Amino acid sequence: MSAIETRGYAHPEVLVPTEWVAAHLDDPTIRLIESNEDPLLYPSGHLPGAVEVDWVRDLNDPVRRDYLDRDGFQALMRRIGASPETTVVFYGDKNNWWATYAYWVFQLFGHTKARVMDGGRLKWSKEGRPLVSEVPTLAPSRYEAPERDDERIRAYRDQVLTHVRTGGRLVDVRSPPEFSGERLHMEDYPNEGALRGGHIPGAVNVPWARAIVPEDGTFKNAAELKAIYEGEKGLKPDADIVAYCRIGERSSHTWFVLTYLLGYPRVRNYDGSWTEWGNLVGVPIEKGA
Amino acid sequence: MLPAKLQRTLDAFAFFTDRSERIQALISIAERFRPVADAVAKRPYPETAKVPACESEAYCFPVPRQDGTLDFHFAVDNPQGISARAMAVVLAESLSGAPLVEVVAVPGDLPTQLFGPELSMGKTMGLTGMVAMAKVAAQRALTRDNPAP
Repeated sequence: MSAIETRGYAHPEVLVPTEWVAAHLDDPTIRLIESNEDPLLYPSGHLPGAVEVDWVRDLNDPVRRDYLDRDGFQALMRRIGASPETTVVFYGDKNNWWATYAYWVFQLFGHTKARVMDGGRLKWSKEGRPLVSEVPTLAPSRYEAPERDDERIRAYRDQVLTHVRTGGRLVDVRSPPEFSGERLHMEDYPNEGALRGGHIPGAVNVPWARAIVPEDGTFKNAAELKAIYEGEKGLKPDADIVAYCRIGERSSHTWFVLTYLLGYPRVRNYDGSWTEWGNLVGVPIEKGA
Repeated sequence: MLPAKLQRTLDAFAFFTDRSERIQALISIAERFRPVADAVAKRPYPETAKVPACESEAYCFPVPRQDGTLDFHFAVDNPQGISARAMAVVLAESLSGAPLVEVVAVPGDLPTQLFGPELSMGKTMGLTGMVAMAKVAAQRALTRDNPAP
């Protein structure tokens, strides 16, 4: 039994430890995918055989604010040589923040053979495991992608507005100053990309990184996570929950935690998040902690 | 007018037509990063030196020179903060000793000019914050030297 299986997660199979990844570097049924916020990291060194999936160039529509469509996802999967039987293993910087974002987008297309390497780049690097700069050459696959399904795990603004009006639960995973609406004022400093500060009414504030053990970037165990989300913030596992942040990346991390590690069945990520809500005319906003 | 060294860097980056060339150049720059000397600042670094919204936990330490200009030193606590290290090197090498009015004139979109348009909002804000810290320090030094009548 690995350490992950002792942590009490609802779906421990979604996480793989670094040792498992090290033992599967040459496994043709596995595709390692690095997704980072920092564009210099993958070119500076990555896990042997890993491909990069960049959230801007690969996951977003280049024109509209939206994710890639069926054709785009199909082209991406073909480029990285993945078949429907390929198990994709995501990892990255910032405690797998962007890795879980990519994971979430992949779930919009139903590629459920997906895992996250617990601890991400930080743990792999701290363990002194190899990083290489060679980009793998992969034979394109003939992946046939389904249409994107936004119903289950993605929330749009009108759905969130209805959610708020019916007293639905929300988790705002931004920092406390972002949640409260307090402005980090500094001369020449850029604003938050929104005209109003604060949070969506009814939201509880759980900064996304509270789910992480900072020393090695691994996820906290289920008991620790329940103490935060349920004990401290009063979330109910069977509730319909919407997570949001600024553009939906940090909240995808919390979506991953609530959905797979705690097993909540109805969690959606509002990717419009504060850059949409804080700019919308007439929607309700709360300020303060 | 921009500091001469910064202008040369921007001119060099303007030649890049390929994203990978730009990335490799930035990685090479980041490799020149060196930790802040104890003579400049010791841990724990003061919150006043911390770059707001920079998740790589960058700190900016402007040190006055005899001639009234500033030396810029940056600490980056995130071991994976390679972009922050690249930006720190660019700022430290190109703004240190430059006329303060030129430092104040550094464009706020410098991170985009160096890194290209594909940075995340958070990364852009963090790197822009590093630029802003240097500019604010220069503005404060200018105001000290030339107080309003």
